[in-house]
Amino acid sequence: MSIINNINKAFDHRIRLGIMSVLMVNESADFKTLKELLGATDGNLASHTKALEKENYIVVQKSFIGRKPNTSYSATTSGRKAFKKHIEAIEKLLGK
Amino acid sequence: MESKKYIDDLTEIKSLMNKSSRFMSLSGLSGILAGIYALIASFIAYKSVSGLAILIALGEPEEQGLFGFISSLLGDYANPLTNRLFLTLVITLLLAIVTGFFFTARKAKKTGEPLWDNSSKRLLRNFAFPLIAGGLFTLVLFQYGIIGLIAPATLIFYGLALVNASKFTLGDIKYLGVANVVLGLTATQFIGYGLYFWALGFGVFHIIYGARMYFKYDRD
Repeated sequence: MSIINNINKAFDHRIRLGIMSVLMVNESADFKTLKELLGATDGNLASHTKALEKENYIVVQKSFIGRKPNTSYSATTSGRKAFKKHIEAIEKLLGK
Repeated sequence: MESKKYIDDLTEIKSLMNKSSRFMSLSGLSGILAGIYALIASFIAYKSVSGLAILIALGEPEEQGLFGFISSLLGDYANPLTNRLFLTLVITLLLAIVTGFFFTARKAKKTGEPLWDNSSKRLLRNFAFPLIAGGLFTLVLFQYGIIGLIAPATLIFYGLALVNASKFTLGDIKYLGVANVVLGLTATQFIGYGLYFWALGFGVFHIIYGARMYFKYDRD
């Protein structure tokens, strides 16, 4: 497989890259935390989490804290693998 | 131009990982041991209270050596009982800190997490601030001889420190923090029973929490 193939289109956006970065080093992160860390709007973040969810790179857990619904995300094993590959590809690309 | 974007990407990834990462190597075992120390300390304090109360009633003798030093620290309100309680408190705290450090360092080594990096520094800063404020406040309580509020105050401030630190480490310590704050507030209404609350909060709660952490994260 060539390097270009390893550059993953799914991560080729600042917000999606950010979501994955946070989830790589945290067991899970809730919507509000991600929003604050990435400086994204509700709609923006929601559409990007949905895109990553569709790729099976992250999973959503919905629960309630008291009466408030709480949505949190965590990276799947395949998501972690794909993200690692993506970073390695970038590093190789830059190394040349 | 393309590579500029990827360099930016990498920088962004690094900074986000740094900002959001938590220090995960807190050891459950040290929680259990800290709880056991606290129970022993409570027992010693209990013995001191029942033993020395009589001494004080008879008129206090001049203290020598280490107790003399504590006496001078505590000023007018120093008596054999406050001196001994103070010493017990300090020794217990030191033992718990040393144990906590030892086991956490061991766990960090095992998991390959750096012991002294941004995430652990941030954790320590956020934990230490309410704790130091509480420690100074407790000294003031000693200074004025308001012994009855010492156990509630230490529980409340310790609980707040845990809640504050919970955002930067295993989230579970938040529950230990909330439990200690509630217990501390409750204890203010039962002055004179502080020791029992102290034993429950620092002793029993720690052991329960430590065991939970141990089975959840450490054992494998």
